[in-house]
Amino acid sequence: MDAVAEHYLEGLLQRQGRAPASSPPWLSELRARALECANALRVPTARDEDWRFTDPSPLYKAALEAPEHAAQVDAAALEAWWIPEAGSRLVFVDGAFAPDLSLVRPESGVVVASMGRALKEHSDRVEGALGRIVSGSDEAFSAVNTAWLRDGAVVLVSREREAREAIHLLFLGASPRAAAYPRTLVVAERGSRCTVVEDFISLHGEMGLTNAVSEIHVGENASVRHVRLQREGTAAFHLGTCGVRVAREGRYSSVSVALGARLSRYNLQVLQAGEGTEFEIDGLALISGRQLADTHSFVDHALPHGRSRQLHKCVVGDAAHAVFNGKILVRPGAQRTDSAQESRNLLLTQRAQVDTKPQLEIFADDVKCGHGATVGQLDAEQIFYLRSRGLSDSSARDLLTFAFAAQVVERIALPSVVRRLEDAIVRHTRKEGRS
Amino acid sequence: MHRSALLEVLGLTAAVAGVEILKGIELTIRAGEVHAIMGPNGSGKSTFAKVLAGHPAYEVTGGDVLFDGKNLLQMAPEERARAGFFLAFQYPVEMPGVTNSSFLRLAYNTVQGARGRDELDPLEFDDYVQDKLKLLQIDPAFLERSVNEGFSGGEKKRHEVLQLELLKPKLAILDEADSGLDIDALRIVANGVSELRAPDNAVVLVTHYQRLLNYITPDYVHVMDQGRIIKTGGSQLALELESRGYDWVADEYRARQAA
Repeated sequence: MDAVAEHYLEGLLQRQGRAPASSPPWLSELRARALECANALRVPTARDEDWRFTDPSPLYKAALEAPEHAAQVDAAALEAWWIPEAGSRLVFVDGAFAPDLSLVRPESGVVVASMGRALKEHSDRVEGALGRIVSGSDEAFSAVNTAWLRDGAVVLVSREREAREAIHLLFLGASPRAAAYPRTLVVAERGSRCTVVEDFISLHGEMGLTNAVSEIHVGENASVRHVRLQREGTAAFHLGTCGVRVAREGRYSSVSVALGARLSRYNLQVLQAGEGTEFEIDGLALISGRQLADTHSFVDHALPHGRSRQLHKCVVGDAAHAVFNGKILVRPGAQRTDSAQESRNLLLTQRAQVDTKPQLEIFADDVKCGHGATVGQLDAEQIFYLRSRGLSDSSARDLLTFAFAAQVVERIALPSVVRRLEDAIVRHTRKEGRS
Repeated sequence: MHRSALLEVLGLTAAVAGVEILKGIELTIRAGEVHAIMGPNGSGKSTFAKVLAGHPAYEVTGGDVLFDGKNLLQMAPEERARAGFFLAFQYPVEMPGVTNSSFLRLAYNTVQGARGRDELDPLEFDDYVQDKLKLLQIDPAFLERSVNEGFSGGEKKRHEVLQLELLKPKLAILDEADSGLDIDALRIVANGVSELRAPDNAVVLVTHYQRLLNYITPDYVHVMDQGRIIKTGGSQLALELESRGYDWVADEYRARQAA
């Protein structure tokens, strides 16, 4: 297996992707450093503790490549995916920016641009932020993403400004067997606000790879709402890493939803870089068939007065497998940290599987930290209560499953997205009910 | 006029986890009547109510139950509800994430549909439910809360009675509807139940104490002990039980059995 894994990485690195059209020297350096790191690192296998439940070997055998030419996608085919509440949207086809499908509504103090354009027009601001949270120095997939960094989305919000409407970043897999390495950079300067939706979809049901890296800088007293929707086809491989750094009194809230992919892995790291920060981190994995969805989160309370609240839910049907690993680190000196983490898991069948591991590491003494994890099936008393009021067994189960999952989805402040996801939950529970 | 029986329980026995709790219950309830089932804790009152509702934890080991002429024990819990059977639970379960408004509407429309009546859309239902909320003095904001989640004891009881009002069953069993209620809440619950009374339906109050019976006068009072109904009387019996306790009834029963 290791040989296959090594071969995968070597093959990738020999064919490092093209640089952006106008690559400043610092970016060439960043890419070169990442390539070196990737060379020194190795891709994980199921023998690594961090990947023991999520065997990435099918990916290594799949030989998926970034396409030479971008596929043509008709805007009409995407209409169902538009988010009406979003003012601007950037669309990426197999990782490459698609200007014809994108739409930017100009707003003073807000830059929403492709990586290529941002490098041309805001090179300094991009340089100060890109690769500063996720450099790829310690993890092979992020290193590969950085070494292949060519295109992506950049959102820059100036001091005390607000992006009034949500910004929709749509990454779509259009060509079967394509690999995409998208990159997202969000910089919310002091006192600013924005909502960013990262949305990963596929237009085909075949194999493909997304290896996405996002970096989010939340400035002093700034507020970023981050929605991450992974709804790719059920044959896809999805690897995502998001690094967030939050300055003093900054607020970061995220809802990440995993519905798609055969194998998905999302690494979220939220770092406290100032006192008095507030994190709200919610996740939902809703999977069936033979899907595997793995979320690893790491909340780093490095300074005093940080607050974090995390709720991660998994709804697992058929023979699917969900993994959650939630680490919360409270470093020495991070006094008055207030942190709560919940992992709630619902198994809909006997074959469904969940591995959940909350990890609290606390090195400060004046803190309030709580965590809880439950794995279970639908509650028999709840089902009976509903049936005693006339609901059929299957609609009772649907309603309870829906309620379980909707609790996370409803935390998204975009009504059209909530509705769409609720529909997806209903379809999912109906399907489970029949099987 | 001798009205036909709404519920006939004939020699009902039931067990939970292999232990027999109900040991041969005989009971007939006719339309228009109010019955009280009283008895000490552990006498099997709640088990009896749950068995009638079709709770899956209880195994019926013998006997028959006819509800409106149909074999109740053959029906799934939801079929019982649709046919007009209702149990107000002593401890209604909390359902985080299920909003009251959607739950109540779904239950109402399912039952209405099964009875061949018109269903209501969300707006119509809202109008309909508002009147019921007033009657039970429930804050309308309560509709947006999750079912039973974080409700006080009194709120849970009123919520059960609200469902009773909405589903308009033929036979309503209220299991300890008065426990944990202060005097105002008790009056509200009693009013709600009285509101429902009609010549074509019946109410059974399962209770440990007599105080609810000050507000709703039963036609019959039954005393349950060790899984059997051991005495039946009129409303006076409740007062007697309140002053004398239950032991004398059991003594009497044993004496009769011995004779």
